[in-house]
Amino acid sequence: MPLFRNIASMVALLPMIVISLTVFVGCIIYSFVYSLTNSKLVPVINYVGFDQYERLFKQRKWDVAVENIFIYGFVFTIGCLVIGFLLAVLIDQKIRGESLFRTIFLYPYAMSFVVTGLVWKWVLNPTFGLENSMHMWGFGWFELDWLVNRDLAIYAVCIAAVWQGAGFVMVLMLAGLRGIDEDIWKSLSIEGVAKWKSYLFVILPMLRPMVVTAIVLIAAGVVKVYDLILALTSGGPGYATTTPAMYVMENFFSRANLGQAFAASIIMFISVVCILAPWAFYEFYLRNKYAAN
Amino acid sequence: MKKLFSILLTIFLPLSYSNVSKAAGHMEAEVIHWWTSGGEQAAISQFAEAWQEMGNTWIDTAITGGDNARGTTVNRIIGGNPPTAAQFNISKQFVDLVEQGLLQSLEEVASAEGWRDFIYPPELIETCEFEGEFYCVPVNIHSWQWMWINNDVYKQVGLPVPQTFEDFLAGAPTIQAAGIIPLALGGQGWQESGMFDVVASSIMGFPLMRSVYRDKDLDAFRDGRFESVLNTYRELNQFTDEGSPGRLWNDTTAMVIEGKAAMQVMGDWARGEFAVAGMEAMKDYSCVIPGKEKYVALGGDVFVFPKNDDPKVKDTQLAMASMMVNPTVQAKFNNAKGSLPMRLDVDTSAADACMQMGLDLIQNPDAIMRESDDWNTPAFTAAWGDIISEFRNDPNYTVAQAMDDLEGVLTSGL
Repeated sequence: MPLFRNIASMVALLPMIVISLTVFVGCIIYSFVYSLTNSKLVPVINYVGFDQYERLFKQRKWDVAVENIFIYGFVFTIGCLVIGFLLAVLIDQKIRGESLFRTIFLYPYAMSFVVTGLVWKWVLNPTFGLENSMHMWGFGWFELDWLVNRDLAIYAVCIAAVWQGAGFVMVLMLAGLRGIDEDIWKSLSIEGVAKWKSYLFVILPMLRPMVVTAIVLIAAGVVKVYDLILALTSGGPGYATTTPAMYVMENFFSRANLGQAFAASIIMFISVVCILAPWAFYEFYLRNKYAAN
Repeated sequence: MKKLFSILLTIFLPLSYSNVSKAAGHMEAEVIHWWTSGGEQAAISQFAEAWQEMGNTWIDTAITGGDNARGTTVNRIIGGNPPTAAQFNISKQFVDLVEQGLLQSLEEVASAEGWRDFIYPPELIETCEFEGEFYCVPVNIHSWQWMWINNDVYKQVGLPVPQTFEDFLAGAPTIQAAGIIPLALGGQGWQESGMFDVVASSIMGFPLMRSVYRDKDLDAFRDGRFESVLNTYRELNQFTDEGSPGRLWNDTTAMVIEGKAAMQVMGDWARGEFAVAGMEAMKDYSCVIPGKEKYVALGGDVFVFPKNDDPKVKDTQLAMASMMVNPTVQAKFNNAKGSLPMRLDVDTSAADACMQMGLDLIQNPDAIMRESDDWNTPAFTAAWGDIISEFRNDPNYTVAQAMDDLEGVLTSGL
């Protein structure tokens, strides 16, 4: 009877199981049911079939939001990993004042996204930010209008996000680098392998667990990105930097369009499941199977 | 132990007293609103003071941002813990609450006091009346229809103060050549679509605007004048600065006040900013209602009173509704707010030249203009605003395509 084997731990887990089922699963079902209605300000049962989904997919704004989340997810993840790894490698060179640099690079991570957003909003603002300062210092050719340029604004958001997240990846990677055995370095230098090659082809594969951890933590932040963009651009110019989460929140509150908000959140949920399911299948099923063999 | 008891007694004794006084006709009211700026606070405290003078308690729940405040109100109503009164705009924002039977009817006090006789203009009654009963109290009228102009800038370049958008566009290159931003516009959705509606009404007139926004009349929409509105709007946007996206309205007004920009299209709440800066209406700055036909748009605020299980709350709500329409309270409130009162028999002697212009105009029923959100749901106006905002920000978005997309919203049934 494996079900009753760990009765004490089962009892201890019960509240969590109940809460997960009622809150998460319950809310998902609730959202789905109401996404089939034309609820506006208050939830009402007034079925309209899949109209809300149809409307959702016709929205130019939703397309922009989905495109943005992919751009943001890609640039933010890659940016954090590359810059974080490079910083970790540089700090790993037994430099002077290491702890000072570590603190400086990790500091942004201690800030809330709202603060990061506001800081970069001022830095990147063309009329009183960096561009203006450069002009006043005599560099009239200097141009930095990413934040107000609708094609580049989403990359400005990425810069701010990478600035905040890279330090955290650096710390993870640095911990990994410090865990590398000295003997490996010694044998690499005996073989005469160039330093950059050793890092790229020997050390980096050994850091796989750190990389996976970093990716999981970063990816969780990607889907729910909301506050950073709200503080930095409020979705603008126009709606060039809007994201699915913002679309949902907007329809929930200012637009009083609950049905649409529920439909959008269900689509968000399904896409997250689609991305996570293969990974979870591998992690919890296939790996155990191979491990058992 | 004795000490503990005495401490407890000092804590709880006053509470028990207040309970006694509550039973004896004292009323307690919690009010949710989003008036948090300096001038707005001064205005809402006129209500609070009048309420307290009646011997009641006012619990102020100020929440920044209209969206947040309205969201909180709805959540609390659905959660079973409604406030006594809550602010909404003159619009369809709360129509769902009425239809779901979540709001207290104010008909009792409205018919006793004859609200239908003194509320002016009568369009306000239309906003609040559902199936012959009053469900909201209009408290003020704010109008979007204004151009705020720095007179010094026009003096400097030697041009007369523009009276229409055409005048403005003719002079804008000269102003730009003088190193001044011709048009100050904050690039937030509500500011962009607000200005669009002002351009629309001034170019195509209110009757046509009504057939588009209210009747969704596609023939009227396609008769050519709406395209010219879009064209003018695009032309105007050439004269903004690159710092525009995301800028707050009051920061934008400050640019006009400081003479960095020549003109801003904004509602009459901007007057407060000029007043605080010590500028005098018509002398240092001009307020102009653009266009040959002059309109005053009927925006503003209402209070609604959510139903409560406790029967005593209804009396409180009716008393507060009656207090809000009281002419003395209305005079104090609107003078502090800078808005027009919702009845004509109010003392407005403190009005400045700009407010006087609005007061004169509103007496003429033909000059009263409704806003899109009077007829349309927030979902409709937001979808519409998205297109306007996209049209302003994307130079590749053609007029023809915008027309098609706007028609899509008109026929969407939102």
